[in-house]
Parts: sequence; structure tokens; C-alpha cells
Amino acid sequence: MFDPRRVTLVVNGNPVDRMVDSRVHLADFLRRDLKLTGTHLGCEHGVCGACTILVDGASVRACLMLAVQADGRRIDTIESVAGDDGILHPIQEALSRRHGLQCGYCTPGVVMTLLELDRDRDGRSLSEPEIRAALSGNLCRCTGYQGIVDAALDLFGPKNIETSTQPTHGSST
Amino acid sequence: MGEASSRIGTSARRIEDAALLRGAGRFLDDIVLPDLLEATFLRSPVAHGLIRRLDVSAARALQGVHAVFTYADLRPLMTSDRMPLALPAAGLRFAVDPFVLAVDEVCYVGEPVALVVAQTRRIAEDAAALITLDLEPLPAVVDPVDALAADAPKVRRECPDNLVARTRIDYGDADAAFAQAPHVIGQQFRLSKGGGHSMEPRGVLARFDEAEDLLTVWDSTQMPHRAKAILVDALGLSERQIRVLTPDVGGGFGPKAVFHPEELAIPAAALLLRRPVKWVEDRFESFTATCGERDQVWTMQVAFTQDAKLLGIRGTLRHDHGASTPYGIALPYNAATNLIGPYVLPAYRIEIDLCMTNKTPSAPTRGAGRPQGTFVMERLLDCMARKLGLPRDEVRRRNLIAPSQMPYPIPVRQRDGSTMEYDTGDYPECQARALKAAGWTDFSARQAQALSEGRYIGLGLANYVEATGRGPFESVAIRIGPSGEIVASTGATAQGQGVKTMVAQIVADAFDVAPQAVHVVTGDTSATHAGLGAYASRQAVTAGNAAHRAARLIVEKAATAAAELLEVSRDDIEIVGGACRVKGVPEQARSLGEIARALAGTPGFALPANLPPGLSVATDYMTAGLTYTNGTHLAEVEVDPETGGVTILRYVVVHDCGRMINPMMVEGQVIGGVVHGIGATLFEWMRYDAEGQPLSVTYADYLLPTADVVPRIEIHHMESPTPLNPLGVKGAAESGTIGAPSALVSAVEDALRPFGVTITDLPVTPPALRRLMRAAAARSAA
Ligand code: FES
Ligand code: FES
Repeated sequence: MFDPRRVTLVVNGNPVDRMVDSRVHLADFLRRDLKLTGTHLGCEHGVCGACTILVDGASVRACLMLAVQADGRRIDTIESVAGDDGILHPIQEALSRRHGLQCGYCTPGVVMTLLELDRDRDGRSLSEPEIRAALSGNLCRCTGYQGIVDAALDLFGPKNIETSTQPTHGSST
Repeated sequence: MGEASSRIGTSARRIEDAALLRGAGRFLDDIVLPDLLEATFLRSPVAHGLIRRLDVSAARALQGVHAVFTYADLRPLMTSDRMPLALPAAGLRFAVDPFVLAVDEVCYVGEPVALVVAQTRRIAEDAAALITLDLEPLPAVVDPVDALAADAPKVRRECPDNLVARTRIDYGDADAAFAQAPHVIGQQFRLSKGGGHSMEPRGVLARFDEAEDLLTVWDSTQMPHRAKAILVDALGLSERQIRVLTPDVGGGFGPKAVFHPEELAIPAAALLLRRPVKWVEDRFESFTATCGERDQVWTMQVAFTQDAKLLGIRGTLRHDHGASTPYGIALPYNAATNLIGPYVLPAYRIEIDLCMTNKTPSAPTRGAGRPQGTFVMERLLDCMARKLGLPRDEVRRRNLIAPSQMPYPIPVRQRDGSTMEYDTGDYPECQARALKAAGWTDFSARQAQALSEGRYIGLGLANYVEATGRGPFESVAIRIGPSGEIVASTGATAQGQGVKTMVAQIVADAFDVAPQAVHVVTGDTSATHAGLGAYASRQAVTAGNAAHRAARLIVEKAATAAAELLEVSRDDIEIVGGACRVKGVPEQARSLGEIARALAGTPGFALPANLPPGLSVATDYMTAGLTYTNGTHLAEVEVDPETGGVTILRYVVVHDCGRMINPMMVEGQVIGGVVHGIGATLFEWMRYDAEGQPLSVTYADYLLPTADVVPRIEIHHMESPTPLNPLGVKGAAESGTIGAPSALVSAVEDALRPFGVTITDLPVTPPALRRLMRAAAARSAA
């Protein structure tokens, strides 16, 4: 039943070299093997978005990808987003200001989705429907999405064109 | 310091956010202990059956498996055959407390049958697949109406029949009201409501420490003190031997208030194995093993005058109760009492039957039955408007309780034996403001215009009340040591509502510090002597007022001690920025740490001012009665008659929950509640087939509202403080859910007026709407 494979990858800027059972999904690998528990599991069938991470810069549901598939890739998780000095990223800051989180369980996935959205918009300002569409893959049972949308509008909305807000590569494991 | 942001009534930033935003929250599944084992449950694959053979030997033999437990293995640890859960309930004909694991009969898909504990979750799941479970199928009871037929099969062999409880509300003389009524309308409603669906599933971790003789249970529960009490009872241990802790909890919404079998099975396994054991629910289990709401069938009649005044309502409510009674019978009773709403209803009689079915036990989810009761009343009011040719708002206006009638008693007995009484609120004004905000008066012109363009838009309204702040009490203790840190502990629990910020804000206000300066402990049974937790939109009322009182008492003690230390009179002391100082002489001050040190005592010396030792205080706030939040919702929708799809164009809420401690958090609760109600109306549907097999067990089949289908919710506040508690606050966590189905369905009906559709069932899915439109077309063609 066990089929250990070797994976080498870069997680939050740090090289990782581990043996992992071939059937382990990437979220479990991050949470259990690397102790990066900020990536949450809400459904393990690819719908809720709580497990959203960036793989080579693109958002991925970590529950739908096997750890072995991450071999040779660059992974960014929620743990890399705030500065090493503890200063929150502007997206995190806006979510707090706009009450875009309550229980915080969906929040890491939301932050990663917004990071990708910010990069993809490439300086262009976004409308509320565009932001809502981009967030439609992240389920949140607490906020009704409004605080999340407002946070994104603050940063990406018509009046504000912020500079790109890519994840920083900080400490991880 | 005098941080303005700490004041009660301001939208202080939440103290919970910083860790959660970094992914540094500590949820149950994030906790790892040395020697930790992981568990999974083998569950019943059928809705009803007899266990003929349960062979776990192959599972036990798998490498990495530490134990496979069946009921027979756990029973020796238990004080009784069943879990001792019974909540007192008048009307219960027989209690059906669940078993920790099935004994010889399984009664719903998802019922736990065996518990596998292994080195890892993966091994445990592999082992579970090796268990042989031979079941003899028994007929399943799925429909709550059929369940009561004389020849219906039984949900459980041990029970006399499927009618687990029968209760009623009866005041005024409903039959006399109907006998004289110029108008009577009858209508049946079939209302389905789904699960809580917190994004974090449930989970339990237990560790027995022999040296301490202590069983520590981390549990993602809304009610840790209740969980502890049940564990003490069930395991025959003493209170000092069990501690229940809730880590960060990723949403509650009701189901996590119910004590489920896993919360006993996992601690039992930890006791037997002398190793820590963790179980975290997967999403299939949250659909099948976690309590949620189900179906209700209401058969109702309303009697009214020619000028649209309510004379009486009567009827029956059949409630799908599922396969056991883990949480009493409050759910349908809430539904039935909430029907009355903000209206003058002179006579009301409803017979409530709770029918067992072979489904996961039902228990409250956000709104706890109230959305359904409100829905029935609001639909009946719309039916009256149609029959009399009056506007919907006018029919409501004629029946709303006037502010001059407050406090307004209703002759319905509540769980605590008291009579229902609405405390404060201006319902007509609330409706008027909502109509104005949503552009009610010009709407018919806009609607006609849209129709001329082939668009079907509609505007709907609904009024509701919600009983909040259910007692009997909540606890808060504040203690300050020589370090000067203010620590507030409460029996209230946090699942995302911002309870810590709420308590911190109130305490910080008294000390004139920032909320971040207050460390709040929630959900630890060793931190407060007692506590209840999260249910019935109660914690701002109960824990808020407890925090308010505790803060006042401890500030007084600190000031008295400081006066003695500074050799001035008490009245000369003021508290500024967390220090006690002589008024107008800032240098003459004692910090809280210094005062705490003085009150800690020195051997042989007297304490300052002969005060009792310690800068600490523990209080319980006992409620004076339920306090009623109210609101009006207006929803504007567009319906696509081709597809039956509903788009929400606009959503307005006027909300009155008395004084607000933190308006930003109140709005967060209301918006989240409305969206839960939108889900219950348009998307969420827990479906079963005729054999009791659940058909919607993924988020591909069971749809939760997403950001792109949810509108912006506009909130307008009214503040009618309640005299029932010193802060004047009412609850807000569930009220948004209550009004949403009624307002949305009223809007959809309005949009489809040209088709003459009447909506009586929830949820309103596109196929259901298309069916109604086809039926209406067939009727008008005939
Ligand atoms: S846990 Fe991966 S999408 Fe839900
Ligand atoms: S904040 Fe709780 S699920 Fe989004």
C-alpha cells in the first residue's frame, strides 16, 4: 500500500527534499509533513477553495494535486504572504479593515486567490462583478463575501491601482 | 491612552484577525501531540438495517492499526447503554438518545458502527475498508408525513411508533375566530432547510494524562461546558478529571452545539489506548453524520377580516426529526412561535408532530426553525393581499404591533415556563424605512417598464422578529496579575463571530485601554466555573453583560486599592489608559500590575483597604428574559422564465438589535445570516432517495451560495435598546437568515405575477420554478 517517492520542490522560497507516499495529496503533505497548517481543508473534493495555494504562481487546489506532482515546482502558501517582520500584506490588511473574515477558515484560500487576481489584473482596475467572479471558487460560510469583495475593491477597484502585490518569499518549514 | 476605537459602539478592528490572516490560527486539525494516533469511523451505508455480522479481525491485523472498537468494546467504559444527552422537553413521548456506536440496528446512512484507530488517518481508512459489515435491510422511513401512517414501518424497532414528540401552541379561540371570519385561506407548505456547513468540519482530539489523572478533550464544539458535563456523566469520571477546550473553530452555525457520538467515542478510545487520538470529519461525514435541519410540512389556515386584519391562524406542523433526539425538540417549537412575528395575532393553534425518520438526526442550523415559521406567516400575508387586492405592505402595516403596545405579551409559554413578551422595537417604522430604502413606491412603474422589455423583475418584503439572548446565564472572569496583563475568561465560545473582540472591547472600555490589551480566553472549561456557549444569538447579550459587570467590579476594586496606596479617597481616583491615578495628577498613579502585586498579599501584612485578595473577579450574568431583535428585508429579483433561474438584483435590510457593541461585527453577522438564508431559499437542498440514501453529499450536488450569485446587502440600523439588560443589547447572529426566504420568495412571486405562480415550498430551484410555471399555464389554459 505504501509507495514512497522522493520529491524536491521549493516551498515559500525554501528548498524541500522529502520522501512521500505517492497517494498523499499536496495539502496533506504541506500540512502534515511540512507543518504548514495555514492551508486548510474544507471539502477535499476541489470545490471549497480553502486549500488554495500557488504552484509556479498559479492558483491550485492543494487537495486535488498529489504531492508527487509537485516535484520540481515552486509552491507558495499563506505562510509566505505576510512580511518576515510580521507586517501584513496589503490584501491581509484590507481583509481585516473590511471585516472580510470571521472564523478565518476560508481566509488563507481567499488571500491566495486574491494574490493571483492582483497579479493577473496587471495594474488594470477591476469591477465588482469581476472580483466576485474571481472569488466564486472560494466558499465562505461566514461573511456573505461582502467584506472580502470590499477589501478587493479597496485594492483593485476603479479608484485604486496599486502596485503589484506578489507573495514574498519568507521563512517556512 | 483613551483609544477611541475601544469604546463600546465603535467598529473596533478584531483582535482575532492577525493570526487568522497569516494562516497561524490553531484549528483542531492543526493540533499535533506526541504519540498521536488518528481515527476514522466505519459508518452505516444503509438507512435502516440489522447488523448480522461485524467482523473487524482483518482490520485489526493491518500493520499500523492500534485498535478497532465496536460498541461492545466501548460499553464497559460507559455508565449507560446510550449517550446521556436528554434535554428536558415537554411533549417528548420517548427519548431516543443516540448510541456511541451502533449496537445491532443502524438507523441512518452515516451512523457510526466501528471506530478504527491507527498510526495515521490513511492507515485507519485502509483498515476500515477491511471490516466486514453484513446488514439485513429493513424498510426505511423517509417521508415525515408517511412516517405517521398506521402501517408505516418503524424507524427503530425499540420504539412504539415514529411519533417521538407531540406538542402544541394554543391561545385565543382559534375555532371561534374561524367560525366568524369573512375570509379563510388554507395552504400547505413543504419547507426543506439544509445543514450548517461550517467550512471547518467537526473534530475531536483526546488525551489522557495518567500523571495528572486528567482527560483533556479538544473539541470543535459550540458548548464545551455541556460537552464536559456529558462526558462526566457518560464515563463516570469526576469533574476534575475532564477538561474540554475549544481551539479556533471554523464556523459553527448550530450543528457544533449538538453533542455527537464521536465526541464520546474518541475520548473513550484515548482512555482505552492511553495515547492521544484525533478524529477530523471529512465532508462526506458532515453531510451524513452531522446533524442538520430537514423537512417540515405545514398545513395551515388563516382567518381574516375584509380589511385584512388577522383573526386567527390554525394548522399542523409535521417535522422531520431524523433517527434520534440528540438536542430536544426546540427546533419545530421555535418555528411555530416565530410564525407570530411582529404581528397582532389574536388566536393561534398549531399541533406539532415530530416524526422520526431514517435520516441523520435533525437539530438547529442558523435560524433554528424561525425562518420556516416566518416564511409561513409571510406567505399567508401575501395570499391575503392577493385575495383582497391590497398591496402587500398595506396588509402587513394593518397588522403590525405598534410601538405603543410595547412591551407586548403573547400568551405562549416558553421553555423556561415564562410567557413570551416582546420588549422593544418599532416595527411599523422598520418596515417604512425598508420600503423607502428599496424604492417600493416607484417599483410598479419600474416593473412595468422591465416587463415591456421582456424582463421579469419583482420586489418582495418580509418582517420578522427573533428571540435572542437565551439564558439562563453566561460567565465572565477577569484577573490581573503583577504582570499587569488583563485576562478575561468566558464560558461564551467563539466560532468566528468575534466574541473575543466583543468581550475585549467591553473590558477595554472600562479600563480605558485598546481591545488588544485584553487577552480573552474562550472555550476552556477550566477557565470559568461554568458556562453555556453559542446558541440562540445570545453571547453579546449574556457574555457581553457579564463582561460589563465584571469589568465594573474589578475597576472598582482596583480604584479602591489604588486610593489606599496613594492615600487619597476613592472618589479622587480615575482610571486612564489602564492605570489608576489621582484626578488631575497624572504622576500620582498606580499601574494595574502594581495594584495586583499589592493585592497578591505579603506574608504577615494586611491587604490594602482590607480588600479580599487578588485583582480578580468572577461573575455570572443571569438573563431577565428573551430580548427580541426585529427586521424588515426587501429583495429585488429578476427571474428568467425560460430557465427558472433567479438573479438577486438588490437586497435591503433594516435591522434593529438594540444597542450595538461593534457595528462592523453586527453587520458581518447580518450579512452572513442573509446569505445563509439566500442559500436555503435558492440553492441548498439535502436530498434523499426513497430508500433514505442521501443524494447530495458533495458541494457539487449541494450548492452553497458563492460570491458571484450573492448581491451586496445594504443594511440600515435602528437601535431600540432593551431595558432587559444593562448594555441594552440584543442578539444579531441568526436574524439575517430568518427574513431572507420570505423576502426572496415574495419577490419571485411578484416577478412571475404575469404567470400567476404561488410558491409554497423551499428551496426554490430552477426546475421547481419551471414546474410551477407550467402548472400555472395549464391551469389558465383549462
Ligand atoms: S479542500 Fe480543496 S477545494 Fe475544498
Ligand atoms: S470566514 Fe468563516 S468560512 Fe469564511
